[in-house]
Amino acid sequence: MNSETMLMMLIALPFAGACLAALFPPNARNAETWAAALVTLGAVVLSASLFPAVATGTPVRLNIEWLPTLGLSFSLRMDGFAWLFSMLVTCIGFLVVIYSRYYMSPDDAIPRFYAFFLAFMGAMLGIILSGNLILLVVFWELTSIISFMLIGYWYQKADARDGARMSLTITGVGGLGLLAGVLLIGHIVGSYDLDAVLDSGDLIRSHPLYVPAICLVLLGAFTKSAQFPFHFWLPNAMAAPTPVSAFLHSATMVKAGVFLMARLWPVLGGTYEWFWLTGFAGAASLLLGAYFAIFQRDIKGLLAYSTISHLGLITLLLSLGSPLGAVAAIFHMMNHATFKASLFMAAGIIDHESGTRDMQKLGGLFKLMPYTATLAMVASAAMAGVPLLNGFLSKEMFFAEAIETHADSILDTAAPYVAVIASAFAVTYSIRFIHAVFFGERPADLPREPHEPPFLMRLPIQLLVLACLVIGIIPAITVGSFLHIAVVSVLGADTPAYSLAVWHGLTVPLGMSVIALIGGALLYVLLRHYLAHCEEGPPYFRRLKGQRIFERVLVFVSWRFARLVEATLGTRRMQQQLRLLVAVSLVAAAIPFYNSNFGLGLFELGQIDIPFALLWVIGIACAVGAAHQAKFHRLVALILLGGAGVVTCITFVWLSAPDLAVTQLLVEIVTAVLILLGLRWLPKRWEDTELGRAPISTKLRRGRDLLVAAVAGLGMTLLSYAVMTRPSPDTISGFFLRKAYEEGGGRNVVNVILVDFRGFDTFGEITVLGIVALTVFALFRRFRPAPDTIESPEQQRIQAATDEERSDRITGQTVSDYLLVPSVIMQWLFPVIIVFAAYLFLRGHDLPGGGFAAGVAMSAAFILQYLAAGTVWVEDRLRILPVNWIGLGLLIAGCVGIGSWVFGYPFLTSYSQYIDLPVIGEIPAATAILFDLGVFSLVVGATVLMLIVFAHQSIRRLRAAKISTTTIEEVA
Amino acid sequence: MEAVLSILVGLFFTAGIYLMLSKAIVRILLGVVVFGNAVNLLIFTAGRIMREVPPVMSLDMTQLTGDTANPLPQALILTAIVISFSFFSFLLVLTFRTYQEVGTDDTVKLRVAEPEGKILPPMGY
Repeated sequence: MNSETMLMMLIALPFAGACLAALFPPNARNAETWAAALVTLGAVVLSASLFPAVATGTPVRLNIEWLPTLGLSFSLRMDGFAWLFSMLVTCIGFLVVIYSRYYMSPDDAIPRFYAFFLAFMGAMLGIILSGNLILLVVFWELTSIISFMLIGYWYQKADARDGARMSLTITGVGGLGLLAGVLLIGHIVGSYDLDAVLDSGDLIRSHPLYVPAICLVLLGAFTKSAQFPFHFWLPNAMAAPTPVSAFLHSATMVKAGVFLMARLWPVLGGTYEWFWLTGFAGAASLLLGAYFAIFQRDIKGLLAYSTISHLGLITLLLSLGSPLGAVAAIFHMMNHATFKASLFMAAGIIDHESGTRDMQKLGGLFKLMPYTATLAMVASAAMAGVPLLNGFLSKEMFFAEAIETHADSILDTAAPYVAVIASAFAVTYSIRFIHAVFFGERPADLPREPHEPPFLMRLPIQLLVLACLVIGIIPAITVGSFLHIAVVSVLGADTPAYSLAVWHGLTVPLGMSVIALIGGALLYVLLRHYLAHCEEGPPYFRRLKGQRIFERVLVFVSWRFARLVEATLGTRRMQQQLRLLVAVSLVAAAIPFYNSNFGLGLFELGQIDIPFALLWVIGIACAVGAAHQAKFHRLVALILLGGAGVVTCITFVWLSAPDLAVTQLLVEIVTAVLILLGLRWLPKRWEDTELGRAPISTKLRRGRDLLVAAVAGLGMTLLSYAVMTRPSPDTISGFFLRKAYEEGGGRNVVNVILVDFRGFDTFGEITVLGIVALTVFALFRRFRPAPDTIESPEQQRIQAATDEERSDRITGQTVSDYLLVPSVIMQWLFPVIIVFAAYLFLRGHDLPGGGFAAGVAMSAAFILQYLAAGTVWVEDRLRILPVNWIGLGLLIAGCVGIGSWVFGYPFLTSYSQYIDLPVIGEIPAATAILFDLGVFSLVVGATVLMLIVFAHQSIRRLRAAKISTTTIEEVA
Repeated sequence: MEAVLSILVGLFFTAGIYLMLSKAIVRILLGVVVFGNAVNLLIFTAGRIMREVPPVMSLDMTQLTGDTANPLPQALILTAIVISFSFFSFLLVLTFRTYQEVGTDDTVKLRVAEPEGKILPPMGY
């Protein structure tokens, strides 16, 4: 197996394992553990066996093109640093899998745990092995999402949900920042390939976009590594199961940030901006994390703040810009992962065995669980930096770096003091952890009786603690060569000479260590009694919680700010919203006008064509009149509206759009009929507006509306004037004019466009038409008229009353004879209109007309019958079934479209031919006319359906009236 | 000619918007009709206007050359006219149903989902 395949397998194995783990039954705890352990062990073996290939000095690469045009490739790359990290991740992953078997209770959803755990491991390996920065960001986001799932594993607990949400929000924001930063780097370098980026350090550092790029990348790194001021998510993420904390929050996810910083350190680091940004965040995290850790009551909280502090140390080391600092940073990443993972697991055992993690409740556990206590003590000593343990080595290197001068600034001067103080704090919290948990009085009221855990639960800790000891005592022999290839792969030719020895002689760093150890121990002695009873959180800072600030920000953004916007802009009233919409579009439209220097001065009346002007004056009068009369007389408004429609129609005729004119005229007719049918069922007009006695506020509102409308109208005037007075650009219209006959076989270009060139659009439009008609039908199906419209119309009642008064008339006679002559004429017109519709349809391809116009005309014929003779009379004689017309129309149009497939052409390709029929003459026989037939049928169906559902209301009314009278009679 | 036509378009818009800003649904409906006409005319003017040269060929022609009215906006408007009719009837039905269910056509009083005096969403949910 060559190394590329092994690399691919290394990354695929955990994901495949995750899929497999998800399939296990919920109670298969042992089988699940076996599977997960095998997968992780496989990953360990794969990583380990890649060592010979990596040790040669050239990275192992695997490149699969993904989106090459965007510079994106699935490329994996393993150098010494990545190798060291992947060993760390897989080994600790393996140990945590074993540990989890005993930690998780049988009631937990084990498949979900292991599936996410393994997927997380895959994502983390992805970050480490990515050879392409975009790919790295993808895996980076994947770790954020999976860690959300893992932190929220016990989703029934509120703190787990909150912690998960917070970590996802913060790391997600950071991930977005990282993506933007990576895009900037890619823009600067011209490639997202990691090798190319690592080769262009000088180019990046001298680029003007360097500062934004590092700010964004560091935003990603700081949020992930819980660095100040984004540190607060980590203590909240402690709601996760402890194995998750041991894996994610010691060895892997939080290390991703510092990993990235170290990875890009040769390219981005070494500048003043980098020094300040990372130096400040690192020093603040180092000091505050250590200080906060002392005052935690929860063991895991203590460990979480300690992690923040140690990651701050690494960040601070990376800020210095010295190669030795980078060596120390890499070394400390490893050391921290070993002792912190073991401590988390020990904390989990204590929690598991005693039922609490509160250090004020615990005590005297040494006698009950001596092995665990010893292991925890050794790991804590490593955390505190006691000699002969691995933590001591990297801390010594850190001290040595801290006393060097790097950028000659206040931060540099402060570094030795910060280092010593933070180390003293580390000693204090380490002693506190050990002393409070394992020594002192044994409390009587523990939730459970503690005893030693099973051997296999302790084994992972034993192995890690052993590693701490071995590395601490004989570093050069054990990890020297591994560390060296990692360091060389990051630093390359700049690799400094460093020595991994326990004893360097009586040096200043050793003195600093001694001061820190003694100082920390003394501090604990002083604080001991306070810590035994204090509240959670450090004094003075207790109230200042990052979590609180975060929550406030979230509440502000998602609730207060939203409410504010809603209160000022959002509305619960349609009118206000509409006014805003109009106002916004006015502003949006005014900007281009202003930019192109278009003013009112350019507006010229020019020569006026008197008939046109007169026509349009009528149109304007109609529109304004309709707007005015809508308040008082809706019927008048309706008639005026018709007038405006007719003016539009005549405009179309004169301005060379006969098709539009025909359609507009017919639609105006059916609209008028529709409103007349509908007006009857609408509420009566408002009384308060009848005599113009509206209150001032109403008048003001109307004035404002009028102003808005007038300004909008003025804008539209200018817009249409501006468009009309400019020469027409060369559009697709020319093509239609040239090809209409040649390719569409029709002389009426508009119709050819509709049924041929843009046939697919028309197909969509008639579908919409059919849907709307069916919706109207559906909305009306169970409709009963409103109570105050059930009565007969006023006019009918007056006429009926006249009948009753006069002895020579039968009641109802006047109503039934009403408009007798017109209705007879209307009945006679039925065949005439149908012939007219057929005529419009047949000529449509060559002359104005076509399916739309013919369809509307045909429906007018039907509705006239309803008007003339009444619904009952018509439906006794004529069954129209408009829904079938709609279906048929759609079917015809669709089949015509599909028909062209038979001949191997795309959907709706038309074929044209003229056929000579006897008597009628030559008619066009393009397939487009069949399509037009579909349009025609659908338009007829849709229009008639909409009209007759309105007409049916009068029958319903009678029925409803009858029911109400019967009820009254029954009651009586 | 352009100037007067553009004034017509503008006034159609004014009338339509004014009516749509009203509180009574019936007037909003009438406004939608006028507004629809205004939009159709605006699209029509965007194709430039030309008198008495419809995009229709006589029998002896096989392609239209020279000055002809722009067929594209016409094709767009033709379907728009029919569709706006259908949407108008849809709105009309909605008005009916609203009036039937709520008993008012005043948009300010349409507060079934968020009754007056109740806590506003999302807290109200």
